[in-house]
Amino acid sequence: MLDKFGIAKRIAKEVKNGYYVNLGIGIPTLVANFVRTDIEVEFQSENGILGMGPFPFEGEEDADLINAGKQTITALPGASYFDSATSFSMIRGQHVDLTILGAMEVSEDGDIANWKIPGRMVKGMGGAMDLVASADNIIVAMMHTNKAGASKLLKHCSLPLTGVRCVKKIVTNLAVLDVTKDGFKLLERAPNVSIEQIKAATDGRLVIEGEIPEMI
Amino acid sequence: MITKTVNSIQEALEGVSDGMTLLLGGFGLCGIPENAISELVRLGVKDLTCISNNAGVDDFGLGLLLQNRQIKKMVASYVGENDEFERQMLSGELEVELIPQGTLAERCRAAQAGFPAFYTPAGFGTEVAEGKETRAFDGKMYVLEQAVKADFSIVKAWKGDTSGNLIFKGTARNFNPNMCGAANITIAEVEELVPAGELDPNQIHIPGIFVQRIVQGSNYEKRIEQRTTRPQP
Repeated sequence: MLDKFGIAKRIAKEVKNGYYVNLGIGIPTLVANFVRTDIEVEFQSENGILGMGPFPFEGEEDADLINAGKQTITALPGASYFDSATSFSMIRGQHVDLTILGAMEVSEDGDIANWKIPGRMVKGMGGAMDLVASADNIIVAMMHTNKAGASKLLKHCSLPLTGVRCVKKIVTNLAVLDVTKDGFKLLERAPNVSIEQIKAATDGRLVIEGEIPEMI
Repeated sequence: MITKTVNSIQEALEGVSDGMTLLLGGFGLCGIPENAISELVRLGVKDLTCISNNAGVDDFGLGLLLQNRQIKKMVASYVGENDEFERQMLSGELEVELIPQGTLAERCRAAQAGFPAFYTPAGFGTEVAEGKETRAFDGKMYVLEQAVKADFSIVKAWKGDTSGNLIFKGTARNFNPNMCGAANITIAEVEELVPAGELDPNQIHIPGIFVQRIVQGSNYEKRIEQRTTRPQP
């Protein structure tokens, strides 16, 4: 079974040379730490930076330089700053190659819910609705089940949707799955996780064809 | 040259009154018009509709106006860092409209650019699209969103000149340029106000035509919301 760092590490393998990548808040942010250093990748943060670098050294924080999670960051050589409309032109115009974000629920059709729990939590969608409605290549990073142990891979989402039929791939603490027209297609198992465990933790349709390898 | 300078933040906010709709720049606490927010608190104008990406934190930014019960309605994309906001929203004291961040930016830009509305894929199939016109283009569904309408737009820039030309710094740019010229009157507060001619025209982010009043700001706190660092090597 993977922890959040393991999930981030596995997703980092999906980041290819030449990609512009938008990372959501939470586990997705960790992905940047595991991307191969021999490829050229630029991270976009929707508040207005392309070429985002690591956190600043202590004492070098700049209040005018943050990411979408409001964390202080740095800019790498070749970085650029821009306004919010330009930022979402990059996203909506499909110039960003890969979007990685967290979710509360994903349905077998690729619907995603991650912005609101009616009556309990309303933080807002931020840029998530623009990202999921526009991106061709969306990977969801999340735990397979919620804190109560209920599956987050469902037939239909029960929470208010962020987007419809948009998620392509899911990496959880248990598995890597593609969203296909037939449902969640199991591609890889996390280390020491059995197919039975994955079946038990998945409420939506699960497609299992042939041998399912353990993640490398 | 047309002079846009006003001598004080009081003068800059002249005409702002109860019940008005205000656009306010900033992302989190980054690039917010601190001086204007303080002056709005001092003025005590109420029943405001505030359109801004976020709602500040409990004791800074738009949180100050919330504490004072000056906001009737908040239009934002993300409001996660503010307990007082959540309390007022759940108790029904505060009206809230949450809209996708890119849609908010584009609704501002549309107002600035004279477009009444535009189609965006964001929010299709969600509650954001409820009651809105939808339409297919090349087999993909889009939602019709309208330009914002506001009485005042209040932005913050790094440098500006007496003609109203603006230059922003880092990610403090965010919504500020998009909100310039998106309301009846645009007010810009700047960290450094210089005479016209001192800024390189090649480096101007927002031309002065989009700005009606510019004022030298003071005492910027520039509070950091999430101070994240790595150890010195």
